[in-house]
Amino acid sequence: MNAFDWVTQLLYVAAATCFVLGLHLMNSPATARRGNQVSTAGMVVAIATTLALVAHSGTVTTTGWIVMLAGALLGGGAGLYAARTVEMTAMPQLVSIFNAVGGGAAALVGVDDYVRLASAGIGESTTVFTVLDVLIGAVTFSGSVIAAGKLQGLIDGSPITFPGSRAVNVAAAAVAVGGACYMIATPSVAVLIIIILAALTFGVTMVLPIGGADMPVVISLLNAFTGTAVAMAGFVIGNWALIIAGALVGASGGILTKLMADAMNRSIRNIIVGGFGTGDSGPAIEGPGGDVRSIQADDAAIQLAYAQKVIIVPGYGLAAAQAQHQVAELAAVLEERGVEVSYAIHPVAGRMPGHMNVLLAEANVPYPQLKEMDEINPEFARTDVALVIGANDVTNPAARRPGNPVSGMPILDVDQARSIIVIKRSMGHGYAGIDNELYVNPKTSMFFADAKTALTELTAAVKTLVG
Amino acid sequence: MTTALLTDITIFVLAILVGFEVISKVPATLHTPLMSAANSIHGIVLAGAMLIAVTAHDVLGYVLAFVAAAFAAMNVVGGYVVTGRMLKMFHRTRTPVPAADTTAAVSGNSQTPAGGRSGGQS
Repeated sequence: MNAFDWVTQLLYVAAATCFVLGLHLMNSPATARRGNQVSTAGMVVAIATTLALVAHSGTVTTTGWIVMLAGALLGGGAGLYAARTVEMTAMPQLVSIFNAVGGGAAALVGVDDYVRLASAGIGESTTVFTVLDVLIGAVTFSGSVIAAGKLQGLIDGSPITFPGSRAVNVAAAAVAVGGACYMIATPSVAVLIIIILAALTFGVTMVLPIGGADMPVVISLLNAFTGTAVAMAGFVIGNWALIIAGALVGASGGILTKLMADAMNRSIRNIIVGGFGTGDSGPAIEGPGGDVRSIQADDAAIQLAYAQKVIIVPGYGLAAAQAQHQVAELAAVLEERGVEVSYAIHPVAGRMPGHMNVLLAEANVPYPQLKEMDEINPEFARTDVALVIGANDVTNPAARRPGNPVSGMPILDVDQARSIIVIKRSMGHGYAGIDNELYVNPKTSMFFADAKTALTELTAAVKTLVG
Repeated sequence: MTTALLTDITIFVLAILVGFEVISKVPATLHTPLMSAANSIHGIVLAGAMLIAVTAHDVLGYVLAFVAAAFAAMNVVGGYVVTGRMLKMFHRTRTPVPAADTTAAVSGNSQTPAGGRSGGQS
């Protein structure tokens, strides 16, 4: 190893250190921004080092330079534009798209390496990682594109199945794995192309049948896939920075996938194979019955305004109606009157892990008011009014009993509050397809309206009340 | 199995363990920024994409280098900018002018890390 190699390798180690420190600083909202800056610095070091390596190699043609820089500028510009203009409600789609291109790039690194070395004869151990890189990268690419399409509403968000879709999925997986095994024994570019096509098909047929409520799990899983693909690309080109960064992302995606799946009371296998909302969760189970009490804005406003402690339970309905600013305004008006307001955030509220927190932060809600499930549950018993906005299954007390689709799912103990107001457009079911027993609780009043309209009316009504 | 490969595998396994250790402490409040940050970190694949250009001498090589560089650059630039934008919104207390704050978050993001730092944390 000469001096140049030493310096570049050490710079890669420095970059990897920055990535780890950056993620470590994400432990608290107060240091998280510094974490992102440290991580960015690491990335700048890594890219600058690579640029030096590329220049030092001396084999890059003029066309090569132009192509590389043009690609980087074009992609970087597109990324910059998307990142600056995206709405916070559209964050899950954007993360999915970045996932897709990351996975795609990793797959291309593997393809290039293989095509280049195919004539020269390839060692088996290299082929294993190349095949894994291309396989995982291609699945991530097509899977993430479909997931983004679903989240954006370009593709129907409900589970999509067609006759034989399961068979196509299994066949694609079999072809990809079979081809991979063949390729390790007998190097062949043609087989590589077949593997890519099969992996792309598998990605599509894997994500299409997954319903909207499972999106937090899918996005986390695809994130873990991209990380793994990048690590495999690192094995292929023998670059430690890629291996370390990819492994970190793989671990983070893995943890989030597990957390999300646990919060929905489902195994990862169960989600991938299909479950809720695909029609095989059994017929809708009738609740205990009982009368539903409906309420108007004026009465609800009086309950809220004269309460001492109010907990707001936001669900996907709030995000869908883009009503995060309205809820923050209502909370501000209540706080001015001396009401103690906090938010109960279920782990799977929103479309990706932690999505609801970002939406509320955007609406200028201070983060200490956002409480996680374990922290807030004991507080419901001391709460005068629980205001549920567009949340359904995560508040259903039926989860505490065995024998129904939500059994065992961790829920927010909303029914423990002294009174409950639910803002919801109709008595429609959540993704679990069962009645919510909370709605027929004698303590519950239903305010049937769109979240945005309802919150605006409530805020106006509270403002008219004197002292 | 070569020593180099063994070293690579060792690094891979240890990095996964470090990842588990570091990330399991991140609170749910920050899960979206965390995922976005992880997303930008896998943009390191840009390094791999750039190295394609070293050996690209025909049309296929150039096409691969171009597409890979574009994909990876989009990933890395977009990822870091959007993570920064998101984290800038997290405040311990309610800030007085929310509307102006959003615009500042968009425009002041990439160029002024020092100016940005004074904004949110107390």
